[in-house]
Amino acid sequence: MIHTEELLPEVREVERIIVRFAGDSGDGMQLTGDRFTSASALFGNDLATLPEFPAEIRAPAGTLAGVSAFQVHISDHDITTPGDAPNVLVTMNPAAMMAELPRLESGGTIIVNTDAFNERNLAKAGYEANPLEDGSLDGYSVITAPMTDLTKQVCKDLGVKPRDAERSKNFFALGLVSWLFSRPTDPSLHWIREKFAGRDAVIAANEAAFKAGHAFGETAELSASRLAVRPARFEPGTYTNINGNTALSWGLVAASQKAGIPIFLGSYPITPASDILHELAKHKNFGVRTLQAEDEIAAIGAALGASYGGHLGVTTTSGPGLALKGETLGLAVSLELPLVVIDIQRGGPSTGLPTKTEAADLLMAHYGRHGEAPLPIVSANSPSDCFRAAYEAVRIAVRYRTPVILLSDGYLANGTEPWRLPSVEDLPDISVDFASVANALNEDGEEVFWPYIRNDDLARPWAVPGTEGLMHRIGGIEKEDGTGNISYDPENHGRMVAIRDERIKKVADSYPPTVVEGDAEADVVIVGWGSTWGAITSAMGRMRRAGRKVARVHLTNLCPLPNDLGGILRQYDHVIVPEMNLGQLSKILRAEYLVDAKSICKVEGQPFTAAELHHKFQETTQ
Amino acid sequence: MTDAGVTTKKDWTSDQEVRWCPGCGDYSILTAMQLLMPELGTRREDTVFVSGIGCAARFPYYMNTYGLHAIHGRSPAIATGLAMARRDLDVWVVGGDGDMLSIGGNHLIHALRRNVDLTILLFNNQIYGLTKGQYSPTSEVGKVTKSTPMGSLDTPFNPISVALGAEASFVARTHDMDRAHMQEIFRRAHDHRGAAIVEVYQNCNVFNDGAFAALTKKDARAEMLIPLEHGKPVRFGPDGERGVILDDGVARIVSVAEVGVDALHVHDETAADLSVAFALSRLADDRESPTPIGVYCAVDRLEYGGGIDAQIAAAQADRGPGDLEELLHSLPTWEVT
Ligand SMILES: Cc1ncc(C[n+]2csc(CCOP(=O)(O)OP(=O)(O)O)c2C)c(N)n1
Ligand code: SF4
Ligand SMILES: [Mg+2]
Repeated sequence: MIHTEELLPEVREVERIIVRFAGDSGDGMQLTGDRFTSASALFGNDLATLPEFPAEIRAPAGTLAGVSAFQVHISDHDITTPGDAPNVLVTMNPAAMMAELPRLESGGTIIVNTDAFNERNLAKAGYEANPLEDGSLDGYSVITAPMTDLTKQVCKDLGVKPRDAERSKNFFALGLVSWLFSRPTDPSLHWIREKFAGRDAVIAANEAAFKAGHAFGETAELSASRLAVRPARFEPGTYTNINGNTALSWGLVAASQKAGIPIFLGSYPITPASDILHELAKHKNFGVRTLQAEDEIAAIGAALGASYGGHLGVTTTSGPGLALKGETLGLAVSLELPLVVIDIQRGGPSTGLPTKTEAADLLMAHYGRHGEAPLPIVSANSPSDCFRAAYEAVRIAVRYRTPVILLSDGYLANGTEPWRLPSVEDLPDISVDFASVANALNEDGEEVFWPYIRNDDLARPWAVPGTEGLMHRIGGIEKEDGTGNISYDPENHGRMVAIRDERIKKVADSYPPTVVEGDAEADVVIVGWGSTWGAITSAMGRMRRAGRKVARVHLTNLCPLPNDLGGILRQYDHVIVPEMNLGQLSKILRAEYLVDAKSICKVEGQPFTAAELHHKFQETTQ
Repeated sequence: MTDAGVTTKKDWTSDQEVRWCPGCGDYSILTAMQLLMPELGTRREDTVFVSGIGCAARFPYYMNTYGLHAIHGRSPAIATGLAMARRDLDVWVVGGDGDMLSIGGNHLIHALRRNVDLTILLFNNQIYGLTKGQYSPTSEVGKVTKSTPMGSLDTPFNPISVALGAEASFVARTHDMDRAHMQEIFRRAHDHRGAAIVEVYQNCNVFNDGAFAALTKKDARAEMLIPLEHGKPVRFGPDGERGVILDDGVARIVSVAEVGVDALHVHDETAADLSVAFALSRLADDRESPTPIGVYCAVDRLEYGGGIDAQIAAAQADRGPGDLEELLHSLPTWEVT
């Protein structure tokens, strides 16, 4: 239900609205959704988005497999998820109607491009009768527009060919939706001119289509359906609307700038991680080097080689790629060099659901290596939080000279939200101290350099080639404690295994105290990690409004776990762990703390909705 | 870079005990390298040896330089990152035939095609030494080993042909019995800008003894090794009585007396078209036929790391050095007061 207040004679104000754009992959729905989002962001709404597209670039046109959708939740107050059931569904063809209608709230609004509802398309979508005519949409409020025809008409006078004109129909939809939700038109028109600069015919067609859609609302007397969502009250500052992969890339750039060492990214394209490679490749002026390697093994290898040379080695991938990187991670653990490994999780195993989200790589990140090979794991909570997570991963990697795995997922990668820009000066310091002098005396009393002498953090010196007097040889064979020379001695191996483990445990000493949110007198604590943050926040709000006392902890450092976590968890009767896997974090919590952590699992390629979680929380805590 | 100063073999020798089997061909390669280094005019601290796993891959431990003994097959990839990040360094890559052509084959061909500034030494002993004697991707067909008791069935790689097929810009072959030749070839490979690969015929006296003896024994060399010299007719034999002609694109060994000197192929290592070099590489299709050694090709082509650095310089000239504040404001923003 939309909460309304009758304010203006023709525009109803609502607190929030969830719009879902759906059409064929070729219909430009991602772009339409993205534009609508941008206009809303600039207007000052809080928002969250969820793009969902098929794995195939162009699945057969008009089929269910080819449906591409984009959901956006806009609000006049703080929101954390792209919303559950959409209030409004834009359907550009019958397949989109067939696939997406079940999600729409009952009594919701449907906006339809009637031109696409011909016999052929209806048959492809599996409709026996036209839903626009057989009464199956009774109970919804349906707005129909012959978008394709109207777009062609306005383009005809501009001399644009009908086939090209047809491609602008998504701008008609955008214009219409912008009118319905009282969005400012300038950002979209401005964007069209910038995006298609130099292609005047395309600009003209898209602008004409957009304006025609806008005017359609006026003339078709749809005023009764018109809604407005006021700007949200944000903390003062400068905001931008950002997705997770961009925020993550910028976090890496920021950390590299603060640390004063250039980024070297080795990567092999894979959805949903490729956009980080694309983004970083744009920033060569920051001294960023990107290598599109021959495979994921080469990608991490090259990154590790660059780290050995004193650069900030980074590699980005998704689950299948992380599996390939396992052996090199073992080497990185043994070499004790900084390295940032980013896993944008997707549905697995194998190719699984490559464009859908999942968070089932936690145990692989923890244990997916040969030998005792511990390494820190960091995760991100929301799209903009990917900036912080990337920065934190670099901080740990550089300070403790260790590979760090950062877990994000497909939902965070592509989802967007407004982000208050951090102040560059206030970013925490990341200092790098390369070794420059000898650090030991050999038997003959000569000053020598031993690569495995450690500081208080148990980190070894980062001595990069080119440094006079520090020549040394290191490798994956077990090293003698201190000298770093090859050693097959059993006791030494035991000691080195223990030191490597201890060094990673020490990372937790650098965390701030764990934040527990919610009710002080709660008997339930919800422990989450990663992108479930938004849904948990929302569901918890619902529980508390209903009078249930709850507390929550959202972990961002998954390995080592915070020192104070065990004490916190033991204070509660119920420990509930919602996860987009079959209970991986709860397994770890049980093993670490002997607490009876209960899992709430969803492994369907889609994030939890707040309603779903709320329901499950109630069930679990009864 | 400061002056390299005068150094000797001792300066380039690490304090680690060498642990190859007595009589292994790897020793002579190591000595050749340690003796050559003082002549190259580079500093020890600017020199890095990167290797994979295998007997050959132990090489870095014995050089008093920086050294990275990595994992099986991945050294070309690891060295690629190092050489791209640090173009001031001399990066050498050492590995065996299993390391570079089996598990690491993909990395090797891509490093070559990309033309990163690496000097790659492939110690070919036609066997897996460290794992105690299984056949390798360069072993001859019918090889009887522990893993192929009835003889191997698969056609081996010819490393030179593979390298040329991978668009390598510098390809050469030498062998462990001729220090002067090794040093000459290592020096050429080192001086080459871009990826250079040298196949070194290396004797594993424990698991594949004498694999190249028919070619590299002192008294066999004149008959069996065909020296490739830039700008000269390809000719061999104790009195230069045999030579190589190109017959419809195929290299054939002929008697000079029969065809005349003018008919011989004149070696051009700078030829951008690698097909002649490839034809020459096909001469060595078994260990009993005469085999070309020396530099097959040395072509000047864009070095990858330099290309990346040029793009960085161009981006900085165009947009100025990166400004974080500017980056954060690069998408549409709005103010909340
Ligand atoms: C991932 C992995 N697989 C297998 C091995 C075992 N292994 C070590 S060296 C080697 C082959 C060595 O042969 P080659 O590269 O020709 O070197 P050589 O010992 O002959 O010099 C193998 C299979 C390993 N170390 N790592
Ligand atoms: S096994 Fe062969 S290659 Fe390895 S050290 Fe011994 S002789 Fe040399
Ligand atoms: Mg070998």
